[in-house]
Amino acid sequence: MSAWDRFVFSFFNGEVARQYLPAILDGMLLTVGLAILIVIAGVAVGLLLAVLRSSGFGLLNLLIVVFADVMRALPPLVLIILLYFALPLAGVSMSAFAATWLSLTLVLAAFAEEIFWAGILAVPKGQWEAARSTGLSRLQTLGHVVLPQAVRLTVPPLTNRIIATTKGTALGSVVALSEILNQASSSASLAGNATPLTLGAAAYLALFLPVVILGRWVETRFAWKR
Amino acid sequence: MSDLALNFFNPTIIGKVWPFLLQGFYMTLLLSAIVVPLGLAGGLLVAMLHSLGMRWLNWLLMAYVDVFRALPPLVLLIFIYFGAPFLDLDLPKLLAVAVAFLLNTSSYYGEVFRAGIESIPAGQAAAARSTGLSRWQTMRWVILPQATRNVLPDLISNTLEVIKLTTLASVVALPELLNNARQAQSLTYNATPIVLAALVYLALLWPIVRLLSRLEHRSLARRN
Repeated sequence: MSAWDRFVFSFFNGEVARQYLPAILDGMLLTVGLAILIVIAGVAVGLLLAVLRSSGFGLLNLLIVVFADVMRALPPLVLIILLYFALPLAGVSMSAFAATWLSLTLVLAAFAEEIFWAGILAVPKGQWEAARSTGLSRLQTLGHVVLPQAVRLTVPPLTNRIIATTKGTALGSVVALSEILNQASSSASLAGNATPLTLGAAAYLALFLPVVILGRWVETRFAWKR
Repeated sequence: MSDLALNFFNPTIIGKVWPFLLQGFYMTLLLSAIVVPLGLAGGLLVAMLHSLGMRWLNWLLMAYVDVFRALPPLVLLIFIYFGAPFLDLDLPKLLAVAVAFLLNTSSYYGEVFRAGIESIPAGQAAAARSTGLSRWQTMRWVILPQATRNVLPDLISNTLEVIKLTTLASVVALPELLNNARQAQSLTYNATPIVLAALVYLALLWPIVRLLSRLEHRSLARRN
């Protein structure tokens, strides 16, 4: 077999691809489901924390800042391994799915909190004062005046962070979560052929390339007007 | 001592595994010292090629950047490391990690540098060229110093992400900090090594996170 034939046989093998495509598709389904759950929970918790922080309770703010700092500093893989392998020793076991979901949700929540908080700070103080002087309560001011403007500013960085975090679902393969990467690498070792890895990479491209291109568009669409 | 402390912060085990973890920590530092400059250089190259303004080249660069931002770095690493033997290539672990990281990080750094270069008004390049500087000299002495300053927070934030990514090397058993901590954990049946490793990562990376928050708030304050 020539080198080229060998390459095609190993990486683009039609027969192997047909056989393992269903496994990869299963993985895709799990990756998409997991990603959606991470985005919903992460963004919601992040927004909640930013709103709490804006109400300015000293001790609570400190806790929020420490949480955000720790979750931004720890590598997500370390977090997943802590939750999955270390926590059972304290009597708390969770599934690979739960450990991956919880870790990435905490990470996304931390970054989202910082992004929303920066957005809230970016709305000039005068707007707070003006809204309050018209008789709106603090919460009404936040909900009707500040957040609508703040959220608009947060769209580009939040989109990028969501892409980065949902790509992290691949880390679930380390704790044997049967998402795309795990399906692809176990299929590759079963088949003795690298084609499932090619399929896996293609699956990620199919899922994330549109999101990355959308992110590019969002970045120009919502750019700061200076 | 309580069970919890014995399982998560056991002094005897700390004493035993500390030298091994320290070795891993040095490897993490070495790995970062390799992949961060490589990524910066690759990203700078991508951005400078982009600034030439050649249509077809820019399409190619955009495709490169988007593809490697869409692929999770762990997928790249596994593809390269476990795919290479099928081509009779015996890639050393460090090389596989370096290549996978270069593809990923040059894309991210490339986008950051591109934004930086585009933030400099075109008049500056025109002015510099009119004083007799060559294209390269203009880029090197006029555009890049300002561009880098403008995107410094993004560069630092990206570097933080790259250092965090070095933990992926544990998946191919490169003996960095996380890898050694997991090995120590499975030998001792105790969570202490992982907890210790997490604390080391925090000690290393928390200052960078703090610095970033400061830079961000400062730039917001300037805007208001």
